[in-house]
Amino acid sequence: MIILRYLKKDTGGMITLSLLALITVIVPICNLLVPETSGLHVSTFTMTLLGKYLCYGLLAIAVDLVWGYLGILSLGHGAFFALGGYAMGMYLMRQIGSRGVYGNPLLPDFMVFLNWQHLPWFWHGFQWFWFAMLMVILVPGLLAAIFGWFAFRSRVTGVYLSIMTQALTYALLLAFYRNEMGFGGNNGLTDFKDILGFSLQTDATRAGLFIASALALGFGYLSCLYITRSRLGKLCTAIRDQEDRVRFIGYRVENIKLWIFTFSAILAGIAGALYVPQVGIINPNEFSPLASIEMVVWVAVGGRATLYGAVAGALLVNYAKSYLTVAMPDAWLFALGSLFVLVTLLLPRGITGLLRKKEASR
Amino acid sequence: MSVLESMRGFMRRDQVFDFLVPVVPPDLDLTHGVILYLENLNVSFDGFKAINDLNLYIDDGELRCIIGPNGAGKTTMMDIITGKTRPDSGSAWFGQEINLLAMDEPEIAAAGIGRKFQKPTVFEHHRVIDNLELAMAGDKRVWPTLGARLNSEERDRLAEVLQIIGLGDQAKHLAGSLSHGQKQWLEIGMLLMQNPRLLLVDEPAAGMTHQEMDRTAELLTSLAGDHSVVVVEHDMDFVRSIAGKVTVLHQGSVLAEGTMDEIQNNQQVIEVYLGE
Ligand SMILES: Nc1ncnc2c1ncn2[C@@H]1O[C@H](COP(=O)(O)OP(=O)(O)OP(=O)(O)O)[C@@H](O)[C@H]1O
Ligand SMILES: [Mg+2]
Repeated sequence: MIILRYLKKDTGGMITLSLLALITVIVPICNLLVPETSGLHVSTFTMTLLGKYLCYGLLAIAVDLVWGYLGILSLGHGAFFALGGYAMGMYLMRQIGSRGVYGNPLLPDFMVFLNWQHLPWFWHGFQWFWFAMLMVILVPGLLAAIFGWFAFRSRVTGVYLSIMTQALTYALLLAFYRNEMGFGGNNGLTDFKDILGFSLQTDATRAGLFIASALALGFGYLSCLYITRSRLGKLCTAIRDQEDRVRFIGYRVENIKLWIFTFSAILAGIAGALYVPQVGIINPNEFSPLASIEMVVWVAVGGRATLYGAVAGALLVNYAKSYLTVAMPDAWLFALGSLFVLVTLLLPRGITGLLRKKEASR
Repeated sequence: MSVLESMRGFMRRDQVFDFLVPVVPPDLDLTHGVILYLENLNVSFDGFKAINDLNLYIDDGELRCIIGPNGAGKTTMMDIITGKTRPDSGSAWFGQEINLLAMDEPEIAAAGIGRKFQKPTVFEHHRVIDNLELAMAGDKRVWPTLGARLNSEERDRLAEVLQIIGLGDQAKHLAGSLSHGQKQWLEIGMLLMQNPRLLLVDEPAAGMTHQEMDRTAELLTSLAGDHSVVVVEHDMDFVRSIAGKVTVLHQGSVLAEGTMDEIQNNQQVIEVYLGE
C-alpha cells in the first residue's frame, strides 16, 4: 500500500499514530476494566476530555491542510466544525423523544417553549442516524464548496480571503443566536440522552465515542498524508508559494483549492460531530470568530505543514487552556495572544520545527 | 414570450443542454505556417501605453529574438500571449483557430504555449525533480493529479531533461538552493517537460556564465524546428549566437525586423540604443 510507504518516511506521523493506537486500546481498558481503586484507573471525565482533544486534533489537521499546505489562512473553520456538531446535535435531540421536560414526542423542548406547533422542515430526517451522518458531511462540505467556488474563481487571496472566512463564521454566529432560526438560539442543543440506543451517561458509550474519535483522527491523518504526499499535495505547496506559476504550467488553481478546502471542511464537520456527544452541548459560541482563530494558533504552535505538528499543537494548547481557565480564568485570552505572537516571532515553524532543526543539525 | 421560448429550448429532447456540452478548444491549425498572430495590440497602464499598436507574426518552427531597451514592452507582450494581461484592443491568435484572448492561463498552457519568466520562478520548497514532475505534460485535472504515479516512460523523460539542463547531480536538492543560473536552467527544464509548441523565453541568459550561455544558446537552437521559440534577451552576443531573425521593440511597437546584421546597421535602431 502506497500509504504505508508514505508513513515510513514520516517519523513524526509514525510516532503520533502509534501513540494514538496505544491510547485507543489502553484508555478504554483502564476506564472499563481496571477497578476505580487501582492507580491505573482512568476516570470517565479524563477519557471524555481526551476524546475532546482528539476531535480538536482532527480539526487542527483540517486547518493545517488548507493553511500549512495550501496557504489559505482560514479564520472560519469553526463554522464547519460547528455545523457538523449541529447536525449531530439535531440527531441527538430527536432521540430524546418524549423524555424531554415537556414530554412532547416530536418537538424538542426549546420548540415547545417557543410555542411552536410543527417541526421545521429542516429538522425532518434527523431521527435517522444515517441521515444525520450524511448531513455531517454534506452541510459543511456544501457550504465550503459554495463559498470556495465564489472566492477562488474570483481569485480572492491572502488577507481578504481570511477576512471573508471570518465574516462567514460571524454571520453564522449571529444567525444561530436567533431563536427563529430553529436551532435553539443562544442555548443551543443540549440535554442529550442517548446515541444509537446507548445511553450517553454510561462509561461504555463514552469509551465508544472515545474510540470513534481516535479512529476518525487516524483516518483524517492518513487521508491527509495521502493527499499531501501525492502529486496533488506537491501542487498545493507550489500554489502556496507561487500561485501564478502553477497556472502557467496548466493547472486550474481554483479547482484544486476548491477540492482541498471542501475536504478540509468535511474533516472539520466530522470532528464537530464527534465532539458534541462527548461535551453534551452545541451552542452558537462554536461559531465565534475567536474559536476559529484559536484553531489557527494550535497549528501555528505545533508547526504548519506538518500533520503531526498540528495534532501536537492542538493537544498542547488545549491542555494549557484546560489548565489555565481553571487556575487563572482571566489570563487565558492574554496567554493565547502572547503565545501566538511569540510563536510567530520566535518559532515560525512551531514546536515541531524546533525538533526538525535539531534533527537536521545532527 | 422569450421566457416561453427558452422554456421550449429547455424541453427539447433531441439535443443535450448547451451547458452540458464540454467546450473543446479547436486544434492548433498551422495551415499558413504561422503559429502566432499578434495584431493591433494596445495595452495601457494608468494612461501609460506599454504596448502601442503592436503587430508581430511568428512562423511555425522559427527561432525569433526580441530585443529592445528597458520598458519597451517585451515582458508585457508575453503577458498578453499567456493570458496574464488583457489587452485594451487588438487580437492574438495561436495558429488559425485558437483565440488567445478568450482563454485563461491554464487553457493557454494546455493549448501548447509555455513560458519562462524574466525573474526565474521555480518552486523553491520543492526538489528539482519535483519541479520538473509538476510541469510535466499530462492530465492536469484535480483527481488524476491526486492518483498520479510516474511510469517508466515519464521517469526516462525526467532523467533525460535533468541531463539536458545539467542538473542531474542536483535532482534531489531543493530548488531554492540553486544558483541564479541554475534556476534559469531549471525553469527551461520545466518548459521542456510541458512540451509546448511555442516557447516564450524571457531573458534566459541573465546571471549565467559564458559557458552556461553557450549551452543555453545551443539548447534553444536545437529546440527550434520542432518548436517555435521566442527569446527576449539583452545580451547582444547571446542574441547573435542564436538568432535567425531579430525584432526590435521600442515604446510598445515594432521598430525594426531583420537579420542581426540588418538590425545593427539600421539607423533608427542605432538612435534608440545610443539615444538612451
Ligand atoms: N502591471 C503593470 N502596471 C503598471 N505598469 C506596468 C505594468 N507592467 C509593466 N508596466 C510598465 O510597462 C512598461 C513595459 O514593461 P515591460 O516589463 O513589458 O518592459 P520590458 O521590455 O520587459 O523591459 P525589461 O527589459 O526591463 O524587462 C514599463 O514601463 C513598465 O513599468
Ligand atoms: Mg522584461
